[in-house]
Amino acid sequence: MKPDVALVDCGGSNINSVRFAFERLGIQPRFTRDWEVIRHSTHVVLPGVGAAGAAMQCLHQSGLAERLGQLAQPVLGICLGMQLLFETSAEDETVCLGVIPARVTALPASDGLSIPHTGWNLNGWNRSLSHDLSQHVPGDFYGYFVHSYAAPPGPWTLATTHHGEAFSSIVAWRNFLGIQFHPERSGDAGQKLLAGFLTLQSAGATS
Amino acid sequence: MSTLTALTRRIIPCLDVSDGKVVKGIRFQGHRVVGDIVDLALRYRDEGADELVLYDITASPDGRVVDPRWVTRVARVIDIPWCVAGGIDSVESARRVLYAGADKISVNSPALGRPELVSELAETFGSQCVVAGVDSIRTASGYRVRALTGRPDRTRDTGRDTVAWIRELQTRGAGEIVLNCMDQDGVRQGYDVPQLQEIRRICQVPLIASGGAGSPRHFVDVFQRATVDGALAASVFHDGIIAISDLKQTLQRAGIAVRPLSDPNPEETTR
Repeated sequence: MKPDVALVDCGGSNINSVRFAFERLGIQPRFTRDWEVIRHSTHVVLPGVGAAGAAMQCLHQSGLAERLGQLAQPVLGICLGMQLLFETSAEDETVCLGVIPARVTALPASDGLSIPHTGWNLNGWNRSLSHDLSQHVPGDFYGYFVHSYAAPPGPWTLATTHHGEAFSSIVAWRNFLGIQFHPERSGDAGQKLLAGFLTLQSAGATS
Repeated sequence: MSTLTALTRRIIPCLDVSDGKVVKGIRFQGHRVVGDIVDLALRYRDEGADELVLYDITASPDGRVVDPRWVTRVARVIDIPWCVAGGIDSVESARRVLYAGADKISVNSPALGRPELVSELAETFGSQCVVAGVDSIRTASGYRVRALTGRPDRTRDTGRDTVAWIRELQTRGAGEIVLNCMDQDGVRQGYDVPQLQEIRRICQVPLIASGGAGSPRHFVDVFQRATVDGALAASVFHDGIIAISDLKQTLQRAGIAVRPLSDPNPEETTR
């Protein structure tokens, strides 16, 4: 069955880059904040550019903040969208969706490291956690990052990246996935991850 | 690899756009057409460019904004990050370009006229998509910022000191600085390493070197001596003087972290 992808409208501005990436895979995602559309789609993508506070405010206004965590189909948070999956974020001291029990914190400012963490950095798979997604890009690979806040390593960590400290660059928790870098802007590897996400089934995201 | 980060240095071809075509001038004068935007964007993506800048050099001097139609044409096909510059003078014009599919917007001349623009853009869209372009020239009294450099007859001295302006841009929320050293632009004699070193000391956000690339050695120099995050160039790529794949091999041999053309072999990276 062809995936029916809902792209959650949470106020970010460059939704089109994500939309075009799915179009290159032959999918026309539905850009929506309608809970009924989101609930009935086969795959849900939570994009997000901007600040955590404004994004959560938007999700509250559209009545989605309480509901997204209940979804049972594969859900993918991208960049800020991944950070929103956690309990809280130090950015604007925001209470997030609470799917993953941890707090998103600011990347440490240290000598010689530019913040925001901007550019192509290496993603190292966590070999002790098996997940269908990692089969689509078997080796460690580069992804394009632009962010100042990051999620800590933990049992949800599918891939790790270093910038001042180690952080979670890909997470998997129940049916929820998160990618800190921009797969829609990470060349072939990013495209393969998005294609891999579309092959996941509702009960397939197990660890 | 650094133990702190495996972040790679970025190679960024800049496509100067005028009337929907890619052009390149010598010291900001005598522009000539070098090709179609989408063709060149895809060519550089395939050759291993880490990012692209599409810079509408005539938008600000003509009082126009970027045409969102070509932005969308590029956004549909490109899968590496890219930035649009030229004539973005308000939150609304920035929104049009970002909605059309650009990842970042770069502001230059309009921010000089109204510095609050940078704060407004950072507050609305986040610092991560706000790049500040700075055209800087050496004078008897230090480095100075120039405005409206896309049209030689309208270029003017802003009276602003480059160091002070770059400090202000960061305070206002710019997430990245592209420093174009005008004395070096288009003459292929190397990046302005002393100026970039001076700015690097006061620049906490990513700093991109621009102006002067003529050989792979110039890229090695600017990464090693000015520790910039990325290096931007146009004519050496457009004219085929430097192939990006060769350049990355040279950088790698010099011990500079770059993104390889293909991802590492799985067997070698399994841990």
